[in-house]
Amino acid sequence: MGGAEGGSADRRSGGLVHRSADPANRRTAEPALRVVGTAQRKVDAVAKVTGQTLFADDLFLPRMLYGKLLRSTQPHARILCIDTSKAAALEGVKAIVTGQDLPIPFGILPVSQDEHALCPERVRYIGDPVAAVAAVSEETATQAVELIEVEYEPLTSITSVQQAVATPEPRIHDYGPHGNLHKLINLEFGDVERALAESDYVREDLLFYEGSTHLPMEQHAAVADWSADGKLTLWSATQTPHYVHRALTKVLELPASRIRVIACPNGGGFGGKSDVFNHEIAVAKLAMETGRPVKITLTRDEVFYCHRGRHPTLMWVRTGVTKDGAIKGMHFRSLLDGGGYGSYGVASAYYTGALQTVTYNVERYKFQGARVFTNKAPCGPKRGHGTPQPRYALEIHLDKIAEDLGKDPAELRLKHLVSPDSITANYLRVGSVGLETCIRKVTEGAGWKEKYGKLPYGRGVGLACSSYISGAGLPIYWNAMPQSGVQLKLDRGGGVTVFCGSTEIGQGSDSILAYIVSEVLGVGVEDVHVVTGDTHLTPVDLGSYSSRVTLMTGNAALQAAERAREILARNVAAKLEVPMARLAFADGRVFDTEGPHNGMSFAAAVQLSEAAEGTVGTVGSYTPPDSPGRYRGAGVGPSPAYSYTAAIAEVAVDAASGIVVVPKIWIAHDVGQCINPVAVMGQVEGSVYMGLGEALMEEMAYRPNRNVIQKMPSMLEYKSPTTLEMCDVVTYLIEDPDPNGPFGAKEVGQGPLLPVAPAIANAVYDAVGVRIDEVPITPEKVLKALKKKEKGEEPRYGPHSFPEIPWPEPIRVPPPWEGGDGRAVPAGGAAGGEGGAETGHPAISPAPTAPSVPSPSSPERQH
Amino acid sequence: MLRLPPFTYLQPKSVRQALRMKTDAGANGMYVAGGTDLYPNMKRRHQEPKVVISLAGIRALGRITGGTRGSELSVGAGVTLTELHTHPRVRNGYSALARAAELVSTPVLRNMGTFGGNICLDTRCNYYNQTYEWRKAIDFCMKKDGEICWVAPSSPRCWAVNSSDTAPVTVALGAEFVLVGPDEERLVPAARFFRDDGINYLTKHPHEVLTEVRLPPLDHWDATYWKLRRRGSFDFPVLGVAVWIKWDGGLVADARIVLGAVASYPKEVPEAAQLIIGSELEDDVIEAAAAAAYKPSKPMDNTDFGLAWRKEMTRNYVRGTLQELRTRRKD
Ligand SMILES: Cc1cc2nc3c(=O)[nH]c(=O)nc-3n(C[C@H](O)[C@H](O)[C@H](O)COP(=O)(O)OP(=O)(O)OC[C@H]3O[C@@H](n4cnc5c(N)ncnc54)[C@H](O)[C@@H]3O)c2cc1C
Ligand code: SF4
Repeated sequence: MGGAEGGSADRRSGGLVHRSADPANRRTAEPALRVVGTAQRKVDAVAKVTGQTLFADDLFLPRMLYGKLLRSTQPHARILCIDTSKAAALEGVKAIVTGQDLPIPFGILPVSQDEHALCPERVRYIGDPVAAVAAVSEETATQAVELIEVEYEPLTSITSVQQAVATPEPRIHDYGPHGNLHKLINLEFGDVERALAESDYVREDLLFYEGSTHLPMEQHAAVADWSADGKLTLWSATQTPHYVHRALTKVLELPASRIRVIACPNGGGFGGKSDVFNHEIAVAKLAMETGRPVKITLTRDEVFYCHRGRHPTLMWVRTGVTKDGAIKGMHFRSLLDGGGYGSYGVASAYYTGALQTVTYNVERYKFQGARVFTNKAPCGPKRGHGTPQPRYALEIHLDKIAEDLGKDPAELRLKHLVSPDSITANYLRVGSVGLETCIRKVTEGAGWKEKYGKLPYGRGVGLACSSYISGAGLPIYWNAMPQSGVQLKLDRGGGVTVFCGSTEIGQGSDSILAYIVSEVLGVGVEDVHVVTGDTHLTPVDLGSYSSRVTLMTGNAALQAAERAREILARNVAAKLEVPMARLAFADGRVFDTEGPHNGMSFAAAVQLSEAAEGTVGTVGSYTPPDSPGRYRGAGVGPSPAYSYTAAIAEVAVDAASGIVVVPKIWIAHDVGQCINPVAVMGQVEGSVYMGLGEALMEEMAYRPNRNVIQKMPSMLEYKSPTTLEMCDVVTYLIEDPDPNGPFGAKEVGQGPLLPVAPAIANAVYDAVGVRIDEVPITPEKVLKALKKKEKGEEPRYGPHSFPEIPWPEPIRVPPPWEGGDGRAVPAGGAAGGEGGAETGHPAISPAPTAPSVPSPSSPERQH
Repeated sequence: MLRLPPFTYLQPKSVRQALRMKTDAGANGMYVAGGTDLYPNMKRRHQEPKVVISLAGIRALGRITGGTRGSELSVGAGVTLTELHTHPRVRNGYSALARAAELVSTPVLRNMGTFGGNICLDTRCNYYNQTYEWRKAIDFCMKKDGEICWVAPSSPRCWAVNSSDTAPVTVALGAEFVLVGPDEERLVPAARFFRDDGINYLTKHPHEVLTEVRLPPLDHWDATYWKLRRRGSFDFPVLGVAVWIKWDGGLVADARIVLGAVASYPKEVPEAAQLIIGSELEDDVIEAAAAAAYKPSKPMDNTDFGLAWRKEMTRNYVRGTLQELRTRRKD
C-alpha cells in the first residue's frame, strides 16, 4: 500500500508534490520555507508509539466511580415507568439518574434541540439511553443496570425512509415540516426546467448510498469530576469540546465559567465524536450527585448505537447537457434517513446538495433535499459529511452521460471545469482550483488512455473527481466571533507555547500549530509546546470537523506568530541598530540578513523584549470571509477554500461470483500547499481506505422486521476492510495555493474519500458492463446485475423509485450570470426570501457585503 | 468494555485431574483451551460457567506425533492453530488441514486458539453472537434464554451454523477423535462427532475431554479446503468446501466432499462424491458434482452475506476444489 511513483516532481516527502507550473498560480509567493512543506514527525508521535498518550479511558482519579448507561431495548416506545429500587439496593451502587433528573433538551444544532441525556418519556431507537448508574466497579455498574426495570408501551416504529414519508403518525418528534419529515429544502438557481428543455441531451438517474459508521479504534469515554467548590471538569474523547461545554452549561444549568471541558487525544474520530453525547452529560450528572469522579467508557456496541454516521441517502438526478457535455441545468433530489434524532442532520441534508456546483460548471441548478426521522441510531457527520453520497451519484451520472455522448469521461470533465476565483450558480466563492492538474496526473499515472475501455473482460478502470470544503464558512450557532483563536506565550528560555482550542484526533492538528509557529519564529519544532482542547486554558476553536482545522487554526497561529515576531523584531532591531525588515528568524536566532553574525539567540531576543515591554504573549484569530450567498440555506457550502481530488480505480471483477477486487487506486489531491507532506499523504491514504470500505462492504444494516435492531454492532460482523483488502495507492499531491489558506494550504482530511466509491463503480462498469448504482458494491449485487445482463434486461443494480415528497415552494435565486445578487427573489408570497429566518441555523448567512457577479466562463481573478 | 461474569478458574496438570474437577463442578463447569471462543461467549452470556477448567497446562495435549512412513498422524487437541499450520509434517502431508488452520481468523487468535477448541467451537448465528442487551431487544432466541428461532420462526429447532474451518477437513480426511471421560476412552470418527442441531451440536459428553485427533496415513490421497468469507482475514467462513480424493492411477477411487458453514454440522454430500468416483475428473463430471453439491447446500440467513449467494457459491467452490485436485493428480 501507499508509495508513489513516476514523475519528475519534488520527492522530499517520499511522495510526489506537484506545484502548479504557472507561477501566477502561486499567489502566496513566500520566501523559502524551512518547515512548512517538509516532512516532519508529528509532535505527538513518540508518545503515541510508546504508549504514553493518555486517552480518556486511561484516566484514573482517586475515589473514581464507574458509570454505565441503561439503553433502550425498544425502537420506539413510551416509557411508562422506571423502577430503580433493585439496582439502588445493590451493594456498591452510589447513584442512579434517569430522565427526570436531566429534563433540559440539547442538540448540536440550535434548530434541533431534540435530545435528552436520558430519555424522559420516549425512546426513539434501540440503544437510546434511559438511565445511568455510578458504582464502585464496572462490573457492579453493569449488574446494577441490568436490575433496572423499565416498562415500555411500544409505538409503531418507522423503519425506512419510504415508510417515514408515508406515515405521518406516530411522529417520532413533534417538530419539522410535518409527520416524520425533519427537514425539507427546495432551492432553485435559475429556471432549470427551461434549461433542461433547451439541452441537447437529458439524462435521469436514481442512486442509493448506504449508511456506514466511523469505526474509530477508540471507544468513546468520558471522566467527570465535581469539585467541592462547585466546579465541573469533564475529560472526554470529543472532537468538539466547545460545543460540549455549551451543552453542559445548558443541561446542567451551571455557569459556563464553572465548567471545564478537556478534549483528550482522540483515538480516531472521523466525525463520530463531533456531537454532544448522552454519556458526557450523564457522567457529569453522576459526578455531581456523588461528589466523586466518575468514568464512563462505552462498549463497542454502544459506539454503534451512538453512531452519527453516514446518512443512507436515496438520490435522483436529472441533467441537461449540450452535445459537448456542458451542463445547462441540473436537478438533484436527495432523501436522507436521519435515524432517531436531529444531530447535524439539517446541515447534512444541505450538504447533499451544496457542492455539486464546485467541480464542473453548472449553469442552472435546482436542489430538493429531505431528511426524515426513523427509529434507528441517529445519523450525523462522517468524513465527507453529506457529500460522498451526491458525489457518488454525480460522478456515475456523468460517466453515463459521457458514454451516451460518446465522449471520454476524462475529456468531458476537463472541458467543463469550474474556473478559479469564480462564483457558482449557488453562490459559492471558489478560490484556487487544481482539479485540471489532478485529472491530468491520474490519467497519465494510471495509463487511462491505454486502459479505459480496452482492458480484457473482468478488468476495468474508472474515474471520478470531487471537491470539499476547507472548513464551513459559518459556525454551528450564529455568532460574530472568530471560529478559531490562538494564544502564544514566549518563554525567556526560548520556548514557545501555543494555546488553541483545537482537538487532536490523530489527524495532526497539534502538529500544524507547532510547524507554523516554528516556521514564523525560526525556532525548532521541538521548541514549540502545544496546549490544545481545554476550555480553561485555550481560546475557542470550534472543533475538529468540516476540515476546518489546518486552515483556521493555521491562520490564527500564523497571525499570533507574526505578531510575536513583530514584538521581537522591534526590540532586536533597536538593539542591533538595523531596520526591522532586514531581520531574519531562523535556526533559533534572530539576525541581520546582511550580516548574519550580527544577531542573537531567540531566547535572548525574548529576554530583550520582555525587559523592554513586559511578558511576551500574543493572540491570533481567524474568521472566514463572508459568503456571497444571501438566501435562506446559503449557510451550508461556503468555505474559505475548496480542495480538489481526482481518482482512478482499477478493478478486477470475477464474473462467476461478482466479487470485486481493487488492486490499485491513483489519486491526486489539490491541497493548496502541504504543511507536512507526509501527514497529507497519510490523510489521502486513510481516505482511500475509508472510501474503499464504503464502496465495497460497509453497511449500517438493520433488521426492520426484528424490532429495527442493528444487524451487527460489532467489529467482527460490521465489515470494514483489513490491510489485506487495502489497495495500492499512488498519491499525487497537487499544490495550487489558495490565498485564504495559511501558506496557501487547503484541506485534505475528508476530500480524498469522495471520488473513491464512484471511481470503483465506474471501473466495475468498464470491467463487466454492469452499473451498480448503489453502495456497497457487494458480490451479490454485481452477480444479480450480471444475470440481468445475460437475460437482456437492464444491466444494473440500484433503486427504482423516489417517493413523492411534499416539497415547499422553492427559494428562487437567480445565478450570478442572470443578474442575481445572492438573494432570493420574492415568490408568490412564499416563505424563503431575505436573509435568515432560522436563527442560529447553519443554513443562514446574512452577508453584509454585496457579491461580485462574474459569469462562469469569465472568472474574476483576484490576486 | 464488556465484562466477564465472575467465575473460578482451575488449572489442572493432567487430563485425569481435569476430569475430576469437571465431575466436581458438574453442569457449572466448562473446559477452556485457548479461550478465543469461550471468553467472548461468556461476555455475551452465551455460556455462564461458574467454574472454568483450563486445559492449557496439560502438556500431553500439546504433542504432534507419527505421520511418517505410513503411520497415522496424531495431533494433540491443545496444539495451537499456529503450531498446527506451521508444523512441517502437517504442511507437507496434510496440507488441506494446514490450510484450514491457517485460514482461521487472525495470527493473534491462531496463537491462542487450539485445534481442539476449533473442533468443539460453539455454533454461530448472527441472532445469537450478540450481547445480552441486544438479544434482550429481540426477546432472545431458543439457543439461549428464549423460545423462538428468529432465522426460521416456525421451526422447532435451532439452525446455528458450524463455523469451524478445520471441522469439515477432519470429516473429509476421515479423522478420528480420542475422547476421554471419567470412566472410558472412546474413538469417534469425525463424521459422527458433529450433530445436525444448532444447540446440541456435538455428540461429545460435556465432561469428556477431546485429547487427540488421529489423521489417516498418507496413501495416494489428496485433499484441499476452500474458504469463502468477506475479507482475507478475521472472518469466519460463510462457506467451506473440503474435498478428499483417493486416486487409483488416473482415476478417482474414492472421494468425500464436505460443506462447512452451511449447516449446524460439517455436511457431507455423498451424492456429489458418488458422481466423481471412477472418473478422471473430466469437466462435465466436475460440473455434475458441483451441481449435486449445490442442491443440498441450504445456508440460512444467519451469517454474513445473503443465503442465495452463499448457496450459489457452493457450485463455484466445489468446481474450484475439484479442478485444483485434478491439476495435482497423484498416481
Ligand atoms: C474474532 C474471531 C474470529 C474467529 N474466526 C474464526 C475462523 O475464521 N474460523 C474458525 O474456525 N474459528 C474462528 N474463531 C473461533 C476460535 O477462535 C477458533 O475456533 C479457535 O480455534 C478456538 O479454540 P480455543 O482453544 O480458543 O477454544 P476455547 O474458546 O478454549 O474453547 C472452545 C470450546 O471448546 C471446548 N473445548 C476446547 N478444547 C477442548 C478439549 N480439548 N476437550 C473438550 N472441549 C474442549 C471449550 O469448552 C469451549 O466450549 C474466531 C474467533 C474470534 C473471536
Ligand atoms: S438459528 Fe435460530 S435458534 Fe439458533 S441461534 Fe439463530 S436464531 Fe437462535
